[in-house]
Amino acid sequence: MHLEIISDINSSVIDELRLETPPINNNQQDKKQLSKVHNRHTQKEISTTMIKMEPLLMNKKTLLCSSLTLILQGLFLNTAYASQDKTSLDLLKDSVESQSQRITELENKLELTADMLEQNNDSAFSSNNGSTTTIGGYGELHYNSLKNQKKGGKDKKEIDLHRAILFVGHDFNEKIRFWSELEIEHAQSGDGKSGGEVSMEQAYVEFDIDNRVSIKSGIFLVPAGIINETHEPPTFYGVERNPVEKNIIPTTWREGGVSLSARVATAWSFDAAIHSGLSTTSDKNYSVRSGRKAVRKAPANDLAVTGRVKWTGMPGLELAATAQYQSDITQSEDSDAGNALLTETHAVWSKGPYALRALYATWALSGDAPKNIGADKQSGWYVEPSYKINSQWGVFTRYNQWDNQAGNSSDSEYTQVDAGVNYWPHPMVSVKVDYQRQSTPENKDNYDGFNLGVGYQF
Amino acid sequence: MGLTWELVINSKRRIWNAFVRIIVLSFCVGISSADAKTIYQTKSDFVNEAFSHTPPRPNTIWLTRQYSPTVKKILGHSYKSKRIKYWRNSAKSVWILEEIGKEKPITLGIIINNKKIQKLRVLIFREKRGEEVRHPFFTRQFIDIELTSDYQLNRYIDGISGATLSVNALGKLARMALYLDKVINEQHQK
Repeated sequence: MHLEIISDINSSVIDELRLETPPINNNQQDKKQLSKVHNRHTQKEISTTMIKMEPLLMNKKTLLCSSLTLILQGLFLNTAYASQDKTSLDLLKDSVESQSQRITELENKLELTADMLEQNNDSAFSSNNGSTTTIGGYGELHYNSLKNQKKGGKDKKEIDLHRAILFVGHDFNEKIRFWSELEIEHAQSGDGKSGGEVSMEQAYVEFDIDNRVSIKSGIFLVPAGIINETHEPPTFYGVERNPVEKNIIPTTWREGGVSLSARVATAWSFDAAIHSGLSTTSDKNYSVRSGRKAVRKAPANDLAVTGRVKWTGMPGLELAATAQYQSDITQSEDSDAGNALLTETHAVWSKGPYALRALYATWALSGDAPKNIGADKQSGWYVEPSYKINSQWGVFTRYNQWDNQAGNSSDSEYTQVDAGVNYWPHPMVSVKVDYQRQSTPENKDNYDGFNLGVGYQF
Repeated sequence: MGLTWELVINSKRRIWNAFVRIIVLSFCVGISSADAKTIYQTKSDFVNEAFSHTPPRPNTIWLTRQYSPTVKKILGHSYKSKRIKYWRNSAKSVWILEEIGKEKPITLGIIINNKKIQKLRVLIFREKRGEEVRHPFFTRQFIDIELTSDYQLNRYIDGISGATLSVNALGKLARMALYLDKVINEQHQK
């Protein structure tokens, strides 16, 4: 009877397994499923056996048989568990290996995709034969609150978008490029908008001869002074550009022509240019600043030649000198005037938070007419120490002296002392405030007061 | 003085002729033969040199959300890619990074050893101005420089007049390389 019961149990297990188990394909999944079902039924049938055996407990034979059955079942169960653990570990190991392979494959695919994207980015410039177009710009808004110390003179209290410039550049290939700066001064220009101006500050094509030599032709900035070529507002101290370079160099000074630039050895660079020249008149007291024609149908009877040598062989130090010769500064319009020679030299030095700029420039004009009014010598200099408190704040002071009629003993000399603060909320944005105090010839406007400005470049 | 002026005027034609000849000659020679690419050292040469010609396999660091905010803080903008290759061998790591000066990217090679810059070199310079930053007299300033806790360099770098933006670009990449070196060291310690 007991054997019958056990036999019944095993038969029912086999039957149920047949019913529950899908067709066996001798693969690992089938074996796993088989093992699970078998085990589940084994445990279930142990309980069933115990219930069925209960009425026979008083019988010794029955008891012996029951014990034997339980021992056999226990042995069978342990074997089943051990078998299942081994199978599960193998399956788990296989699964981990499979997942690792998939992760490695995905990583490889990701790296390949990233490689492709980066190559596309890197080749953006080199594609299309290196052709690319760039835009940029700078500008500055000024508020001047200046009191005119001249008797009867008009104070200057105004707010002015002094200049807004848009850069457009284009690389035709790696050796030939175009560069331009379109400038709007004083926000507006046109009929009835006196004071405003739209002009091309630069527009040239540049050819690289090799890594060290290039030639450009078009409208370009004359290589003279410190801020004539680099004058974006965040790059200099003070709201307004310094008056020495403005009146003597005269900044911003651009001309049309051809220029050759060369870098030699580690620290030397040379520029040589032939270009349109100034065209000043007796009405303007032969002032060099009044002679700028901005290449606007500029007279070209007498071209000018400019040369500059620059040394930057030490971190923080720049030493440079410029000479320019023009055979007639009136473009042969004034027989009483003649040639002109500009010589300029400057130093820019910075060490840690300290910096110093110093510049001297002088013009020598030939001819009796300039000499008679002292305009045969026009010169000026400035020195500007500064201290950068941190990457965002800097303070400066500057002493400026200039004279556009320094050739005689008459009182024609200007001096100006500036002191102020620059704040850079971003390296490309500056907020400035300064105080200026002027000393001017008698009966000339003499402005003392504050300037505020905000400037940007991008 | 008058004699000097006469000499200057008389020599005008000769100066003009010489100038034109130089320009035409340079133009013809240059355009016909020169390659304007300013690669001062290839990336692979820099890496090989850094590891005495036995470089380790390159690794990559992904600028995930964990690291990209700091990189953005250092550069003032996001880095051009989200994945950066580096080479590491014990305390030394080598980085090839790029940043735009004014208009064009400058490619730098930076070697960091024990959290200090061992060498910084301009590998490719593409800008119109500021080429002086490539010279050893300038890049020597970065040797032994470290990163402060607020991701600044612990020493001043003296600039070059007219090359401010290029100087800034080098400074930013030096800070970025030091930061990434710190990150990978922390990763390897875990």
